[in-house]
Amino acid sequence: MTTVSGAEPFRLEARGVSIRFGNHLALDKVDFGLRAGEVHALLGENGAGKSTLIKILTGAYQPTGGDVLMDGIPMRLANPQDAQVHGIGTVYQEVNLLPNRPVAENLFLGHQPTRFGLVDRRRMDRDARDLLKRYGLEIDPGSELGSHSVAVQQIVAIARAVALSGKVLILDEPTASLDRNEVLRLFEVIAGLKARGLAIVFITHFLDQVFAIADRVTILRNGRLVETRGLDTLTRTDVVRMMLGKDIAFSGATSVETERPATDLLISFKGYGRKRAVQPFDLDIHKGEVIGVAGLLGSGRTEMARTMFGIDPADEGTAEMNGKPVAINDARTAIGLGFGYCPEDRKADGIFGDLSVRENIVIALQGKLGWFSALTRDEQLEIAGKFGEAMDIRAASLDMPIKLLSGGNQQKVILSRWLATDPAFLILDEPTRGIDVGAHAEIVRTINRLREDGLALVVISSELDEVVAYSNRIVVMRDRKLVAELRGDNISPGVIVQAIATHDAAPDAITEGTAP
Amino acid sequence: MKGFPLSRLVNPQLIALIGVLALNWLLFPGFFRVTWQDGRLFGSVIDVLNRGAPVAILAIGMTAVIATKGVDLSVGAVMAVSGAVAATLVVSGYPMPVAVAAALAVGLLCGIWNGILVALLDIQPIIATLVLMVAGRGIAQLITEGSIVTFNDPALVFIGTGSLLGMPMPVVIAAALLVLVTLGVRRTAIGLFIEAVGVNRSAATLAGIKSRVLLMMVYALSGLCAAIAGIIVAADIRGADANNSGLWLELDAILAVVIGGTSLLGGRFSIPMSVLGALIIQAMNTGILVSGFPPEFNLVVKAGMIIAILLIQSPLAAALAARLGRRRRAEK
Amino acid sequence: MRKSLRPLAATVLIFIVAYGLAIANFPMMASTRVLGNFLTDNAYLGIAAVGMTFVIISGGIDLSVGAVIGFTGVLLAALITWFGIHPLVAFVVALGLAALFGAAMGLAIHYLEVPPFIVTLAGMFLARGAAAVITQDSVPINHEFYSFIAQLYFKLPGGGRLTFLGLLMVAIFIIGAIVAHRTRFGSYVYALGGNTTSASLMGVPVARTTVSIYVLSSVLAALAGIVFSFYTGAGQPLAAVGVELDAISAVVIGGTLLTGGYGFVLGTFVGVMLLGLVQTYIIFDGTLSSWWTKIVIGALLFLFIVLQRLVFAASAPGGKSSEKA
Repeated sequence: MTTVSGAEPFRLEARGVSIRFGNHLALDKVDFGLRAGEVHALLGENGAGKSTLIKILTGAYQPTGGDVLMDGIPMRLANPQDAQVHGIGTVYQEVNLLPNRPVAENLFLGHQPTRFGLVDRRRMDRDARDLLKRYGLEIDPGSELGSHSVAVQQIVAIARAVALSGKVLILDEPTASLDRNEVLRLFEVIAGLKARGLAIVFITHFLDQVFAIADRVTILRNGRLVETRGLDTLTRTDVVRMMLGKDIAFSGATSVETERPATDLLISFKGYGRKRAVQPFDLDIHKGEVIGVAGLLGSGRTEMARTMFGIDPADEGTAEMNGKPVAINDARTAIGLGFGYCPEDRKADGIFGDLSVRENIVIALQGKLGWFSALTRDEQLEIAGKFGEAMDIRAASLDMPIKLLSGGNQQKVILSRWLATDPAFLILDEPTRGIDVGAHAEIVRTINRLREDGLALVVISSELDEVVAYSNRIVVMRDRKLVAELRGDNISPGVIVQAIATHDAAPDAITEGTAP
Repeated sequence: MKGFPLSRLVNPQLIALIGVLALNWLLFPGFFRVTWQDGRLFGSVIDVLNRGAPVAILAIGMTAVIATKGVDLSVGAVMAVSGAVAATLVVSGYPMPVAVAAALAVGLLCGIWNGILVALLDIQPIIATLVLMVAGRGIAQLITEGSIVTFNDPALVFIGTGSLLGMPMPVVIAAALLVLVTLGVRRTAIGLFIEAVGVNRSAATLAGIKSRVLLMMVYALSGLCAAIAGIIVAADIRGADANNSGLWLELDAILAVVIGGTSLLGGRFSIPMSVLGALIIQAMNTGILVSGFPPEFNLVVKAGMIIAILLIQSPLAAALAARLGRRRRAEK
Repeated sequence: MRKSLRPLAATVLIFIVAYGLAIANFPMMASTRVLGNFLTDNAYLGIAAVGMTFVIISGGIDLSVGAVIGFTGVLLAALITWFGIHPLVAFVVALGLAALFGAAMGLAIHYLEVPPFIVTLAGMFLARGAAAVITQDSVPINHEFYSFIAQLYFKLPGGGRLTFLGLLMVAIFIIGAIVAHRTRFGSYVYALGGNTTSASLMGVPVARTTVSIYVLSSVLAALAGIVFSFYTGAGQPLAAVGVELDAISAVVIGGTLLTGGYGFVLGTFVGVMLLGLVQTYIIFDGTLSSWWTKIVIGALLFLFIVLQRLVFAASAPGGKSSEKA
């Protein structure tokens, strides 16, 4: 790490920033230096601290330790407006503009040109047209923002941020919902801004894009800085390894006793896919088998799970269970077939915060039983007690609201919810993310136990050691596509990293777009 | 019920009711005097129960709706419609059971209409039910042809003014409905599902709950309750007044539910508590009447109650309480 | 055509067709006399509906409007008839009180984070109750200023009268339209209705705007109350019951999205006129009864809610706005 010593200071710098939420240290003395005229990628898996760092740089959070400096001068950012005044503009993944308003107003809201106290619309439209032309956009400034593609909205957001701030541009996953050509267009814009001397932070999950556009990269993991380096000195594999925290040398991790004879075929997906979510994939799932799903965030792993569970039903391909074709068009059907799904976002899709632990456990079973065969309170307590004990759920009482439990215990409750329905097939999406060590071990133990009991499981996880440890097979997702299936001796964290990092066959379009 | 903790009987709602009743007693010493006359009970307390019955009945249906994160603004208008149907039919010579059945069916239909808008067309509940709130009174007037349809059918009048086992019929009906619906949601899984949908509809769908059907049912129940209340009010005054029957009672019903502790954001609900809320409102109404204030003074008191509840439930108050708690702990 | 214009276009089309049909049945309805009365009779509703338009565009709702009209009437009657205060002074008092009232509601909505519907419900109870506490009877207002204003009109060719009250409403609509579409405050109102989070990230002063919106609505409701008192020549605590529903209906029928973010002040004008047309037609017809007004309004409301749902759902891929209940 280069520190400033008389030489040109960083345009924007975070020096040893830490932030603590309750007992959780979300950022631990992180350094981050951004130079004028560079595109600096910020990488890390969920929970690495990327978004926390961004929120500190944009004034949404105040660090509990360390300093934020602009051109070498410390500054205090009390809110996002402060950051804007200091020259820091941000564009988020979900465009934070107003789709219901005209493009011109989105560019100038709060700063509209006025005449006699009234907004001078003609001048505003003219200014908007001029401004957008510099970004290669020729659209009617009077048209509603929402009538344009996400890419155009994204460029409008960038134009606003740059016009109002002008020194630093933070792009928080701007490409997540863009197609290839749109990404290309966005990259041209970014290259232009870089040439104008802006300092740009670029956050994404797509490694190809990082290598296509960024000059340097900073990698965070578990709230700590792993590395800041020029990309010319790094390979894809290096980057993935640092993000996932895997030392390739460690890759000897022994995998599960290996495959079983593929006789007990339970479910078979053929050409199964959904437009804009996951490309058609083939997957056979056997009884007593754990299939690990690896891939970076945004690679289509969660979409694959949601399609299999019928939440976002497949629009092509077939599914067979025990040799018979089945149509899985909603979650209820999937549950009826003996499926269960622990979602990635526990809070939004998993727990019923205000309901008790007991109710959270029995709800799926009760849903299966229907309205009128209600479990009595005693039955509920018995079921909840049984699983509570088996899963070692630490709750003062089964009648306390689940929202008061720790993340790990909440996850155990959701797992119990599905186990109570006596499932044949479970999909677990990041079951061990953000939970404490004890709960983590308990969940891994449960996965192994369930496999031995003959269940079929699909487990999505970013923890490669862990996936390797319990999976019979591992499929790798990239760019919404199932790109590799690893089995037997093939399985090791190193191989997985390699498979994730492998350069896609047709990224040329993107590389071209980066020509400075 | 085994292991029912006595402390559950001590709740703010009950204390509030006792407080209001005590205040009434101070203002009007004869408040608690109950007499037996002509085979039924008379007295101010009985009057509170009797007058409070329609709002209590509305509150039963409204509780379920609010628990799913919804609201039903149309219940007052539906009362007018069902009252009009019942009155018009008995006046045309149909027997009471037919008239009542038709009125209930119409209420159910109104509820299903709301349910379709909310569950199938995904229209915000407050907007969806506004349609019937606006049009309902017109429909009621259409049925009564603009006049107040008066009737003397003894069987129908009995529903409003008769008595059973010494208790006025409206009280008996409200109590029966309370028991029936409470058992209906708590002895089946419906109550749990309603709460689940209200707390987190996305998670409920993932857990395999048919949230659309459930929403339809909840609005249908609310429509049915409104119809019952409408019949009672019409039977009580021996006439269907399309303009005034149930006027603003939807707001009283919502208030009763909120007083009863069910959050407007959905989730946990208690039907008995909502009924208690309705009684608190009525006890205040009666208190204001017996103490000689103009009845409209009620509105000011109700506004005061809403403001107090909002303040207590606000995140601001929660933050304040948390800070106070922290300080107290720090002092120790 | 821009999608947000579609409901408005539908309103205008329905109004033209309906008015055409009405004239075909009753040629008299084309006269300036009827048109003049149209404006005068709906002046108070129109003025209240302008405020309601701002509230609904911002994603809120104001149930207190009718009660504020009723309270204002009673307050004016008390000040003028009982205390002999000059009407103009009384107006200032009424408008000032309304501003405070609206500010209190706006503050509660923003800082207590309670749905506007419940806050303004409390406001409705409070205003009605306060009116009834002042008096329970209808108090006549007899002041020369009142007779002067009530008699103020331009004669239109054809015998119609363009009254001061009618013109006042038109003026409020024009000012309202300018504020909504040509000022920064107006753009903030739309911003709040579009997405509060985005709005605040873009630097919109959310608290100040919210309070201003409800102040505006209450002040305009009080102005509507003043107009209503000219119209009826009295103050009565139960006056204008349910006007909030008519105002909401006019706003929605005028093409404003009930969930906020889209809408036109002048669309509300067409909405008010359409409601007026329904009423006038029913009076002209004579055989149709008054309750048809409510049914027709309800049907129109339904039509427009479903229309909006279809127009806006088709183009919102995330459908996020519909998820917020």
